[in-house]
Amino acid sequence: MITISNLSKEYNTPYGKITALKNVNLKISRGDIYGIIGFSGAGKSTLIRCINRLEEPDSGKIEIDNLDITVLDKNKLNESRKKIGMIFQQFNLLDSRTVFDNIAFPLEIDKVPQREIKKRVEEILELVELTDKKDAYPSQLSGGQKQRVGIARALANKPDILLSDEATSALDPLTTFSILELLKDINKKLKITIILITHELDVIRYLCRNTAVIEQGEIIESGKTEELFLNPKSETLRKFIEIISGFERKSPRDIGEVI
Amino acid sequence: MSEDLIEILSKGLAQTIYMVLVTAVISNFLGFLLGITMAITDKGHIWQHLKANKILGTMINIVRSVPEIILIVVLIPVTRIIIGTSLGTTATIVPLTIGVTPYLARVYESALRTVERGKIEAAHAMGANEWQIVFKVIVPEALPAIVRGMTLGMISIIGVTAVAGATGAGGLGDLAIRYGYQRYRTDVLFGTVILIILLVQWVQFLGDFIARSINKKRYKFE
Repeated sequence: MITISNLSKEYNTPYGKITALKNVNLKISRGDIYGIIGFSGAGKSTLIRCINRLEEPDSGKIEIDNLDITVLDKNKLNESRKKIGMIFQQFNLLDSRTVFDNIAFPLEIDKVPQREIKKRVEEILELVELTDKKDAYPSQLSGGQKQRVGIARALANKPDILLSDEATSALDPLTTFSILELLKDINKKLKITIILITHELDVIRYLCRNTAVIEQGEIIESGKTEELFLNPKSETLRKFIEIISGFERKSPRDIGEVI
Repeated sequence: MSEDLIEILSKGLAQTIYMVLVTAVISNFLGFLLGITMAITDKGHIWQHLKANKILGTMINIVRSVPEIILIVVLIPVTRIIIGTSLGTTATIVPLTIGVTPYLARVYESALRTVERGKIEAAHAMGANEWQIVFKVIVPEALPAIVRGMTLGMISIIGVTAVAGATGAGGLGDLAIRYGYQRYRTDVLFGTVILIILLVQWVQFLGDFIARSINKKRYKFE
């Protein structure tokens, strides 16, 4: 269970203070796939980065199984981070390491013996279907393959939580779909809790059981994904749905005109 | 061409190589430490210490702005304390090292800065500590840039070693001045120039080769 309570954060900029998060409250249950959707600048990235404290919140609490992450010292934080995997929009793989060694990285950090590392990495390679690419370097992979390595690396240490920071936003629709499939699959197989932020409605619709909508640093509605879609209350979600359904309504006629 | 030419040149070359190598080992080591410290203490980096960064940066700039030939003279007392004398090849290594280290620090600092923040952030997210980030992420990722920086550094060490010849340090620069300039031995003068050119070419070739083979391994396509 992850409980975020009264989380706030401001940034100081040359033009004054900007509120990134305002009194955010969220409850995410174990094994869930929880989506946070919002437009650019809504604060979703700040929110997810507070969970492993890549950003330091100004106030509020983030409890993971009753352990408050926000008060941990450096060493304890690093220990906790080993159980929170993260994947990124830009993948952030190490160019100096092969696929195998990239996935081994978090295990090396954790000082796992070499033999166990080998066993674990091969296990995970199989899970993400990249066994034949294990000696390749990241530059030799496609975007989708890179994100698979990113996912494998995030899972290597058997984390309880996987944070996804716009993991599919740099991928084409087909690859996005295969990555979403993979995330769904690992959620089922490994019972891992997935928290993701996105600006793609399809990601939410396809993957997330529960969703929160964020607007100007505030959670303005949250709940079961289906219910939100049936009865969107917030401006943001309405806009998202309108854009998509607008396309759907328009496209057959447009195609007709072209023909 | 006189009969003693080969003998004179080979002695000078040996002295130059000796000075360059010892200076290179010490100044690369110190410059690397300073470069890493400068890179990671900068704003928003993994070990932010703005004051330390500023002080160190200013010190590096001060030493860098003194020309090598003046540095050799200014540092005579320091050299005497460390080596016991301020004359000869070994003694010259002291001012050479002090002169070149700040330059190398800047070279390494900028090489280490080429590593994208996202990679460092990913390592943070995996629970890596500062040491692990430096030695498992920043240094390996910057390796091609580090090798190129080291090449630049070696070439400038060869340059200042030749300049140090003006103060009787020995080596090829010394030959060029004593034989070429003072005794009109044009053959020695040209000999030293050719040897220094060859030395620089060889270092550049080696550096390029190593950097390129690292990149080839990392970025080759099947």
